[in-house]
Amino acid sequence: MAENIIHENPIRTLLMLLGVAVVCALLVSVSAVKLRPHYVANLEAHRLAQLESILGALSGTAREVAAEDIESRVVELASGRYSDKIDAATFDARKVATDPDASVPIPSHRDIAGIKRRARHATVFLVRDANGGVDLIILPVRGSGYQSPLYGFLALAGDTSTVVALKFYEQGDTPGMGARIQDPSWEALWPGKQVYDDTGALRIGVARGKVTPGSIDADHMVDGISGATRTSQGVHGLLRFWLGDFGFGPYLERVRRGEG
Amino acid sequence: MANRYWNSLTTPLIGENPITLQILGICSALAVTTTLDTALIMSAAVTCVLALSGASVSMIRRYIPRSVRIIVQITIIASLVIIVDQVLKAFAFEMSLRLSVFVGLIVTNCIVLGRAEGFAMRHGVLTSALDGIGNGLGYSLILVLVGAIREFFGHGSLLGVQILWTTAQGGGFDPLQLMLLPPSAFFIIGGIIWLIRAKRPEQVDRSEFQVREQMQEERR
Repeated sequence: MAENIIHENPIRTLLMLLGVAVVCALLVSVSAVKLRPHYVANLEAHRLAQLESILGALSGTAREVAAEDIESRVVELASGRYSDKIDAATFDARKVATDPDASVPIPSHRDIAGIKRRARHATVFLVRDANGGVDLIILPVRGSGYQSPLYGFLALAGDTSTVVALKFYEQGDTPGMGARIQDPSWEALWPGKQVYDDTGALRIGVARGKVTPGSIDADHMVDGISGATRTSQGVHGLLRFWLGDFGFGPYLERVRRGEG
Repeated sequence: MANRYWNSLTTPLIGENPITLQILGICSALAVTTTLDTALIMSAAVTCVLALSGASVSMIRRYIPRSVRIIVQITIIASLVIIVDQVLKAFAFEMSLRLSVFVGLIVTNCIVLGRAEGFAMRHGVLTSALDGIGNGLGYSLILVLVGAIREFFGHGSLLGVQILWTTAQGGGFDPLQLMLLPPSAFFIIGGIIWLIRAKRPEQVDRSEFQVREQMQEERR
């Protein structure tokens, strides 16, 4: 019943396509702009929930960590000192990561996390024991997975070497493959791993394939995810980067000297 | 007239169900049915896209040049899917995390393009919208059924409410691990198709090839 009233005419065809494209683009853009604040708020709530769940995983102590026990401090990464000029409450790590004034390019041979630039400052979250010593350090980490950026938190015990938990709160890798970095079973491999070996060298990471039980790596590395080598190596790279000299290395050094 | 509208809404439920008769949209039916709530949200998303894409394609059907009609349809469908995905991310964030890529993959769901090309291009706006809703509901019916069966036997719960206490929780029910794996959805959908076709033999496909003996007999 619907005979086409348009006869095949290249100009009209192109105009029609242009019209459809413009209308569709308009609808998509309007909804993206209107809904973005909700999405960002959800993402922030999700990040806080992850932060709380990482606190729930706090090993060794039976006490509950409430949100008000967490101290957030802004660290200047290069020196490892706390910066009192920046208020942790208003510091937006996501925003400054690409701000040319607030971030520095990472030399390509050192960019094992694949993030190109890093901010000069970062927020760390601390829980102190009764004597005021550092009991738990939570570091924000980010890197590149197979097809998406990875954002997570690494929680270390006060000795700066024992992993308490590693949790990713945002990633977009393949479900069932790379996305398994968020699986509880994979997250459960991390607690107890040691960041450094006896000589103080950085040994933490993700193995290619399985870790040989009993080998020296068994204390430091977890099994890679089969079928997701790029994501596994992305996690490996981001840990080595953020715990290294260009990441939180100087800060952790100060914490070990008791200047945390 | 009212009857025609009613028909385009109800025939896709069982008579021409997109999953069990046309065997379309199987991929998402396997992926999102491990629990009932994901199946429900996915059903709602697909039904929305089907209804809106049917109506919009039908609205401009007389102006769509035939040579590029599939491109126009896919553009409309993809835009609707992006909007639905953004709405889920804004108002049902946890659910959108669990559905992950499968909302985006509605674009490639053959039911949506099939209804746009096969129905909306030749029918009025209201009929096409109702046909979209009908097909969405037919899809939803199967998804909800599969989701309910898989959640009940795989977790002992429905919509997250525990009905059978599992052995891990101190009850007597041992969950069927198979139900949480994709093959179980194949078995359940297969079972549903078998039940429907046993009741309605007219849905059974004619065999594409005849057995050799019969062919020889016919030739004689």
